[in-house]
Amino acid sequence: MKICVLVKEVPDAAVEKRMDSNSMRLDRSGEKNLNPFDTHAIEAAMQIKEGGAVDVEEVVAVTMGPESAVRALHKAVSLGADRSVHLTDDALADSDVSATGYALAQVLKSESPDLVLLGQQSDDGECYTIGAVVADHLEMPSLTQVIKIDTAADKLTCERQAEYGYDTVEVTLPAVISVGDAINEPRYPSLKAIMGAKKKQLDSKGTGDVEIDASKVGADGSRTRVLAINPPPAKQAGEIIEDEDTNETVEKIVAWLDERKLIA
Amino acid sequence: MRNGTDRVRRRVVFDLTDEQKDIQRLVRDFAQNEVAPVAEELDREKRFPYEIIEKLGKLGLMGIPYAQEYGGGGADTLSYALAIEELARVDSSVGITVAAHTSLGTWPIYAFGTDEQKAEYLPALCSGEKLWSFGLTEPEAGSDAGNARTTAKLEDGEWVIDGAKQFITNAGTDISGGVTITARTGEKEISNIIVPQDTPGYTVEAPYRKMGWNASDTRPLAFDSARVPEENLLGPRGQGFKQFLQTLDGGRISVSAMGVGLAQGALDQALAYAKERNAFGKPIASFQAIQIKLADMATEIEAARLLTYKTAVLKDQGKPFGLTAAQAKLKTGRLAVRCAEEAVQIHGGYGYIEEYPVCRFYRDAKILTIGEGTDEVQQMVIARALGAA
Ligand SMILES: Cc1cc2nc3c(=O)[nH]c(=O)nc-3n(C[C@H](O)[C@H](O)[C@H](O)COP(=O)(O)OP(=O)(O)OC[C@H]3O[C@@H](n4cnc5c(N)ncnc54)[C@H](O)[C@@H]3O)c2cc1C
Ligand SMILES: Cc1cc2nc3c(=O)[nH]c(=O)nc-3n(C[C@H](O)[C@H](O)[C@H](O)COP(=O)(O)OP(=O)(O)OC[C@H]3O[C@@H](n4cnc5c(N)ncnc54)[C@H](O)[C@@H]3O)c2cc1C
Repeated sequence: MKICVLVKEVPDAAVEKRMDSNSMRLDRSGEKNLNPFDTHAIEAAMQIKEGGAVDVEEVVAVTMGPESAVRALHKAVSLGADRSVHLTDDALADSDVSATGYALAQVLKSESPDLVLLGQQSDDGECYTIGAVVADHLEMPSLTQVIKIDTAADKLTCERQAEYGYDTVEVTLPAVISVGDAINEPRYPSLKAIMGAKKKQLDSKGTGDVEIDASKVGADGSRTRVLAINPPPAKQAGEIIEDEDTNETVEKIVAWLDERKLIA
Repeated sequence: MRNGTDRVRRRVVFDLTDEQKDIQRLVRDFAQNEVAPVAEELDREKRFPYEIIEKLGKLGLMGIPYAQEYGGGGADTLSYALAIEELARVDSSVGITVAAHTSLGTWPIYAFGTDEQKAEYLPALCSGEKLWSFGLTEPEAGSDAGNARTTAKLEDGEWVIDGAKQFITNAGTDISGGVTITARTGEKEISNIIVPQDTPGYTVEAPYRKMGWNASDTRPLAFDSARVPEENLLGPRGQGFKQFLQTLDGGRISVSAMGVGLAQGALDQALAYAKERNAFGKPIASFQAIQIKLADMATEIEAARLLTYKTAVLKDQGKPFGLTAAQAKLKTGRLAVRCAEEAVQIHGGYGYIEEYPVCRFYRDAKILTIGEGTDEVQQMVIARALGAA
C-alpha cells in the first residue's frame, strides 16, 4: 500500500490571526507551523504502516504552497513520512478551495496512492473541504471526520464522528480520508528525525510537471471572489453559574435546560 | 575591506536554523504537555522524574550535542541550550537533571575519554538509559575546587579512592550509572577518575533537603577504599584540574540557558496572571507599576538570552568562550532570581502559595547564583580575563 498525506503550512497557533483588508485574505506573515490536524493524518498513516495488518511501502507527504512550505514537508518527514512532494508555482498563487483541490489531485494522480489521508480542516482556511474536492477529481470515495481506521488488504472500516453520533463505514481502496483530531495522539518528532529531515527525498514540482491546466488555477482560474469580509456576529453573553453547592448548581443547570426545552 | 564588512554582516545572524527551531518547538511542546502537568506534584513529593527522563531519552534529548555514532543527537550547542531553556521555562528540576547529565556527566567522557571508554559509556548515557554525574565539590572544596581532598592511589593496577564529595547531582537515582570524580593522584596532582555506581566502597548517601530543585537528585558521596581499574582514569593523569575547568566552562552555557528559561517562565506566568487579575476594577496589567516590571523583565531576558546564545555559538565555532560563558552565567543567575521575585510580587499573596508555579520558580531560582560557580567566582573569572590581577 502507498499512502499520501496532504499537509499544509499554516500560521502558528500562537499567532493572533488577522485579515488583511486590502487583499481580503488572512495575513499569513509571522511564525508558521505544520497544520496541527495534519499531524493527526501523518500519525494515522504511521499507525497503519506500523500496525502490520497491511504492508505499507511508503508514506509520502504532499503540499501545495510557496517556497516556505517546504518546512511543513520537513516536519511531516520528521514525523515519519518517507519522502515528500512540493507543488509550487507562481501560477498557483491565490487559488481558491476548488482550484487548490484540483491542483492537489493532479499531484496525487502522478503518485497513484492507494490511500490519501488529510486533516479534516486547516487551522487557517478552515474550509473542511479539500478532501471532498480532491476525491471528486480522483474519482475516489471520500470520508470525512474519521476518528478510527481499521485496515484490511483492500478496504478500511472507519468510524466517523458526526454531530448526531458515530457512523461506522466501510470503504474500498483507493480512497480519500480526512481525519479528526480525536483519531490519535500524534507522536513527537525525535531529535534524530529532525536532524535527518532534510536528507529525505523532496521533489519540487511545477504545474507543468503534473499536467495542471493553468487556466483552472491561480487568481484567474478561481471561480470564487471574496467580495467582503465581516467580523462574525457577536455571540450573546453566556450565563455563568457559580458552583457553590453542587446540588444547587445541578438544579440550576437542569432548570436552564428545561426552560429551553432541551431535555425531555 | 569590503569583503571584511560583508563577512561580518553575514555572520551576525540572529535567525535560528530550521533544525534549531524544530528542536526548540519539540522541547517547548514536550515541556508544556508532559512536564507542566506534573511539575507541581513532582516538586511537592520530591519525586525524581523517571517517566519524563525516559521519554526525553526516547526522543534523543538526553545527548543532544553529541555525535550520532555514540547515540547522540548530532545537534549543536545552541540547539542544546534552546532545549534546556524550554525545559527550565516550565520546570527547573527536569532542566537541571538533563543539563547536569549532559554537560557535567556525559561531556567529560565525550571530550577526554579513550575510544574504548566512549564506546563503553556513551550509548547508554546519550539514550538516557543511564545518568552520569560529575563529582567535583567536596566539603572543603567548593569555589576552591582545586583544594580537593579525595585521594586515589594506584595499587596493583587499581585506583583506591578515599574521601567525600558534596552536592552531587544525579548521583543517587535508580538509573545512575556512576560518577566522574576529581581526586588527588599525587601531592600536587589532580586527575579525573570514572567510578561506576556498583563500585564496592562507593556509597551514595541520603539526598539533601533542598530549598528548590526538589524533583532533582542531589547527594553526598563517600569513598572508602573504593577500587576501580587503572584504565578508569579519564584523560591523562594530572590533567584533572584543567579538565574540570573546561567542563565547567561548557556547563555554564546550559546553566545560563536554565536562567533564561526560568526567567522567561516567570514572565510568562506573571503576564498571564496580570491580564487576568483585577484590582480596583481593572486588570492589574493596566497599572503602570506592573507594566514597568513586565517591560523590564522582558528586556533583561532578551539581553541575557542573546548573551547565552552567543556563548553557545562561540563554542560551536570552536572559539574561546570562557569569558562570555562566565558573563552569561553571572547575568542569567541574577536575572532568574530577580524575575522570579517580580513574578511572585505580581501574583500578590497567590504567588506565595504553591498552587502557582511562580512559588516554585522563586525557590528554584536561587541556586542559579551558586551552582557551577558562584556569582563571585564568575566575577573572578571575568576580572581575570579583563587582566585585573
Ligand atoms: C469562498 C472562498 C474563497 C477563497 N478565495 C481565496 C483566494 O482568492 N485566494 C486564496 O489564496 N485563498 C482563498 N481561499 C482560501 C484557500 O482556498 C484555502 O485556504 C485553501 O484552498 C485550502 O483550504 P483550507 O485550508 O480551508 O482547507 P481545508 O479543507 O480546511 O483543509 C483540510 C485539509 O486539506 C489539506 N490541505 C489544505 N490545503 C492544502 C495545501 N495547500 N496543500 C496540501 N494540503 C492541503 C490539509 O490536509 C488540511 O488539513 C478562499 C476560501 C474560500 C472559502
Ligand atoms: C543543588 C546543588 C547541586 C549541585 N550539583 C553539583 C554537582 O553536580 N557537582 C558538583 O561538583 N558540585 C555540585 N554542586 C556544588 C556547587 O557547585 C557548589 O556549592 C558551589 O560551587 C559553591 O561551593 P561551596 O558551596 O563550597 O561554597 P563556598 O566555596 O564555600 O563559598 C561560600 C561563599 O564564599 C564565596 N567565595 C568563595 N571564594 C571566594 C573568593 N575567592 N572570592 C570571593 N568570594 C568567594 C562564594 O562566592 C560564596 O558566596 C551543587 C550544589 C547544589 C546546592
